[in-house]
Amino acid sequence: MSSRREVLRTLLGAPLLGQALASGWLAGCGGSGGGDPLARVEGELLGPDLTAGHRLRDGIPVEALRAAPTEHLRLAILGGGPAGLSAAYRASATLSEGVALFELEPVLGGTARSAESAVTPYPWGAHYLPMPMAHNPDLLALLQDMNALEPDPQEGGELRGAEALLVREPESRIFHQGYWERGLYPYAGASADDLAELARFRQKVDEYVRYRDSQGRRAFAIPVALSTTDEQVMALDRLSAAAWLDREGFRSARLRWLVDYACRDDYGLRAEQASAWAMLFYWVARTEEPGEDTVDLLTWPEGNGALVNHMAARAAQRGVRLERGQMAVQVVARDPGAGDASAPVEIIIQDTGTNTLRRVTADRCIVAMPRFVANRVVRGLAERDPQVAERFTYGAWMVANLHVRERPSSRGVGECWDNVLYDSPSLGYVSATHQRGRDHGPGVLTYYWPLATADAAEGRRNLFEADYGTWRDAILSDLRRAHRHLPEELTRLDVFRWGHAMIQPRVGMLASETRRAAAAPLGAVHFAHSDLSGIAIFEEAFYHGVRAADEALAALATPPGALATPPQGA
Amino acid sequence: MADTGTAPGPAPSSLRTPLLFVTVLVVSTSGLVYELLAGAYSSYVLGDSVRQFSTTIGVYLFAMGIGSYLSRYVKRDIGRRFVEVELGAALVGGGSVPLLQLGAAYTDAFAILLYGTIIAIGTLVGLEIPLLMRILKEELEFDELVARVLTFDYIGALFGSILFAIVFVPSLGLMRTSLFFGLLNCGVAAMGVTLLSGLIAPAVRTRLRVSAFFLALGLGITFAYADRIIDYTEQALYPNPIVHAQQSRYQRIVMTRGMRGTQLFLDGNLQFSSNDEYRYHEALVHPAFAATQRHERVLILGGGDGLAVREVLKYPDVREVVLVDLDPAMTRLAREDAFLRELNGDSLGDPRVRVINDDAMVWLDERARAGGQGEGTQSTPFDVLIVDFPDPNNFSLGKLYTRSFYRILQTAMSDASAVVVQSTSPLYARQSFWCIEATMREAGLVTHAFHATVPSFGEWGYVLARRVPFEPPGEPLLAGLRFLDGPTLASLFVFGPDMAAVPVETNRLNNQMLVRYYEREWSRVE
Ligand SMILES: Cc1cc2nc3c(=O)[nH]c(=O)nc-3n(C[C@H](O)[C@H](O)[C@H](O)COP(=O)(O)OP(=O)(O)OC[C@H]3O[C@@H](n4cnc5c(N)ncnc54)[C@H](O)[C@@H]3O)c2cc1C
Repeated sequence: MSSRREVLRTLLGAPLLGQALASGWLAGCGGSGGGDPLARVEGELLGPDLTAGHRLRDGIPVEALRAAPTEHLRLAILGGGPAGLSAAYRASATLSEGVALFELEPVLGGTARSAESAVTPYPWGAHYLPMPMAHNPDLLALLQDMNALEPDPQEGGELRGAEALLVREPESRIFHQGYWERGLYPYAGASADDLAELARFRQKVDEYVRYRDSQGRRAFAIPVALSTTDEQVMALDRLSAAAWLDREGFRSARLRWLVDYACRDDYGLRAEQASAWAMLFYWVARTEEPGEDTVDLLTWPEGNGALVNHMAARAAQRGVRLERGQMAVQVVARDPGAGDASAPVEIIIQDTGTNTLRRVTADRCIVAMPRFVANRVVRGLAERDPQVAERFTYGAWMVANLHVRERPSSRGVGECWDNVLYDSPSLGYVSATHQRGRDHGPGVLTYYWPLATADAAEGRRNLFEADYGTWRDAILSDLRRAHRHLPEELTRLDVFRWGHAMIQPRVGMLASETRRAAAAPLGAVHFAHSDLSGIAIFEEAFYHGVRAADEALAALATPPGALATPPQGA
Repeated sequence: MADTGTAPGPAPSSLRTPLLFVTVLVVSTSGLVYELLAGAYSSYVLGDSVRQFSTTIGVYLFAMGIGSYLSRYVKRDIGRRFVEVELGAALVGGGSVPLLQLGAAYTDAFAILLYGTIIAIGTLVGLEIPLLMRILKEELEFDELVARVLTFDYIGALFGSILFAIVFVPSLGLMRTSLFFGLLNCGVAAMGVTLLSGLIAPAVRTRLRVSAFFLALGLGITFAYADRIIDYTEQALYPNPIVHAQQSRYQRIVMTRGMRGTQLFLDGNLQFSSNDEYRYHEALVHPAFAATQRHERVLILGGGDGLAVREVLKYPDVREVVLVDLDPAMTRLAREDAFLRELNGDSLGDPRVRVINDDAMVWLDERARAGGQGEGTQSTPFDVLIVDFPDPNNFSLGKLYTRSFYRILQTAMSDASAVVVQSTSPLYARQSFWCIEATMREAGLVTHAFHATVPSFGEWGYVLARRVPFEPPGEPLLAGLRFLDGPTLASLFVFGPDMAAVPVETNRLNNQMLVRYYEREWSRVE
């Protein structure tokens, strides 16, 4: 019992744990007796296939390496998250035969996966996409293909997000001092100084929104690859967001909370660890013109699951074979100079159900798995980029889906799409039924909690140290402050532990040469993953998926004689 | 004289008897006032004043009988008992209106509370006179006693009934009147302690005086702060007394009743007033029927009070009415409340009417998604659609006025159908009104805006629309309506310059412009 309390203290922090204990509520839970009010709440502990990682380390039996290839592909895509599916979507527009995608998990979507209950679909990870700007035509084309855009007569017929997909007002609220307020900034009780700092912060953001370099590039753009590389802006990657706030003289506790929240929300990092570049990117890259609000957000009940499901369906329709439960355990890029007769890429795939191994060869391969996995799977990659292991760190996240009979009652503003708690280790929750307009009755609340510790490995330890009951208690201790009657409304609570949820843009990561070099192909093997941007958002995964597909297609289109030459540059 | 001499300074006997008759006078005045208060309050709350007055009076008189009967069990300590009865009357009678007011707003068992209070007051008042007579019998001959007591009793009753209507209710209001008479009862109790000091042991006298003092203090404070107390109760929100109040899962449903009819409020917003709702509902329903030929299938969104259905059922060619209202408590009230049922002609009980309790947007969306798979008529379009939601004063309602909503709505329409949308006031909320109209147009509908005067709302607006161009209707299809005839109907489509269209942004799910316009405009009016 005391060790569980220790774990809870680590997760919640002493003040929150104290509050939960003082309310007398925690004491009644988790006990083995029949008095547990949550005994009827169903739920389970979920997570990506962890045994897969171990299998990778066990090594591959020699027979498998010598076995005759079962097939030869023109293009093999390894990983069925947003990046891999973007590659499949892009490639299948031109290449209709000999393309297959192998995904380790039984479901596609990676960190943008979703699920569905009798009430509504709901996300397990990514849940929204900011409306892309005109400089991202490929992504706009995907949205158009999904019927997610429509011309707006009020904006002279300009294409905008479809009304049903743009986050419905009321978008967000914040729980602060016992009361839900509209928006994300706690205005109630803010002093004149607080508001002045908020305004000054917005001015700073606007300065960067206005910025263009000599080539006309924005200071911060989505995808990251379109941002300026000018030293003046890149220097922001050498200090933390917190250090930048200090340097610029921002002292308001509320503003600093907002900045810290943004860093946790997008990167799972505290302001002390996230780089100032990454922090400013959050606002600047999403603001079209100075003085404007950030762009509209697109969302679906299943979150970005809608995007991956669409790309998967299209790719399948165009002939791409999507194989689930298939793990790439080894990728070997043949040395083009060796004059070897065999195909440029050799891949060993393991069926995660039967554990059987097979050998597949391909002309080109796109590795769309996280970089820390690719380092183990692709022979020679770790050696090529020795700095990567240290530079690429991954944060741990816990995501819970709370199934409720009725929306929990709240003081102040009623339920919004995004529901944030001030002074909480969590990020709050999004309501899956919001976009469909179901404001009453049963729903699913997706609740996010990044383990934003100074040391990434420590966060991962905390994530796994807490068992289901501990997580449940931590979640409800946090949420019960805002919704006293939540436990009574709860019918099901599932907990998903993402050990390596996303890449972390810590100080120095984004501007590093290591990051830029990591995207270069290795022989006929191309790389696609949001890791390569240092920022884990759908747009980056899509950008790298499309880029890698274009690289591979270009190589496949060149005459056979030239095939063996690796594409120039990166 | 029965003075035992233990009491310090008993009242001179010359004064004592007249003072005791003053007591009779006060006691009977206040008794009658309590009875009238209960009658007035119950007729507000439960309606039907003739019945309420006769039943409260009947119950009250019966309770007085119980009191008189019980008086025979008071064998000893008559003086003390009399004072205690006075204190009881002061407490229950004086506190009756505040108690009933809270009860009306917060309990469903108002009738139990009401009759309980009436019986308690009646019993106490019924005890007063017999006890007084027994006290006075020491001093007067029996026939003299009966004659005088009954005289004062009836004078008191006359006082009470005249002063109640002319002086007290107009100047003090119901709550202060009841508290005022509670204070008088307290005064009588205090005076009684002195007048009857010979009959009461000294220690008891002190206790009774202290009780009277604290009770008077309590009633006095309540009297002084009555306005504040009213402000804290829900009643402050409504001009007329609350006759039904209920918190459903979705909203607060309140009915009030005053001189000019019964009103229904949802979350504090007036939905109708029975004296002029026919204007609102005739304008809502009949132009839409006149704008299309077929009226077989009618869809009503909102309108859980059943009043629009009442108008719809006047058309003999209506075969099926589907009413979608979020709140089962509202449609249940429309079916079960005697007053509402009379007003809506029990329309929700008609076999042609099907009531669905769901969010209209979600219901339409799911209906559209189900597409042709619905059984029977489920996927056939409706001929007339009546959209009668509360005003867009929050986001949950605002979504029901968005372009997205009007697009989904069209999945339930054919080119032959007509739809009408209640659209708030074009006079007080001009941008809101034209925002709804512009939003409907942007969603692809062809619109004609119109308006009608509904005194309890003011100038009210509607938008009539179809999927294809059409002429605004010339005259209603039914004769004998109270408000609408040919020339009147045609005039509704004319907007004077103070209500004419203004440039507005359209209402989208992601901007909810309408809720912003609406908040701004109505806060100016209020
Ligand atoms: C909790 C959470 C919330 C998020 N919220 C948002 C958001 O709201 N908006 C947003 O834009 N982004 C969000 N993100 C980030 C976003 O999900 C990612 O940046 C992006 O979508 C990642 O896509 P990816 O394809 O690069 O990587 P991944 O999603 O990591 O996909 C990699 C895929 O490769 C598979 N794989 C791994 N190893 C192998 C192997 N050996 N063989 C075969 N397959 C393998 C994995 O199973 C996985 O499916 C969130 C992430 C998390 C964890």
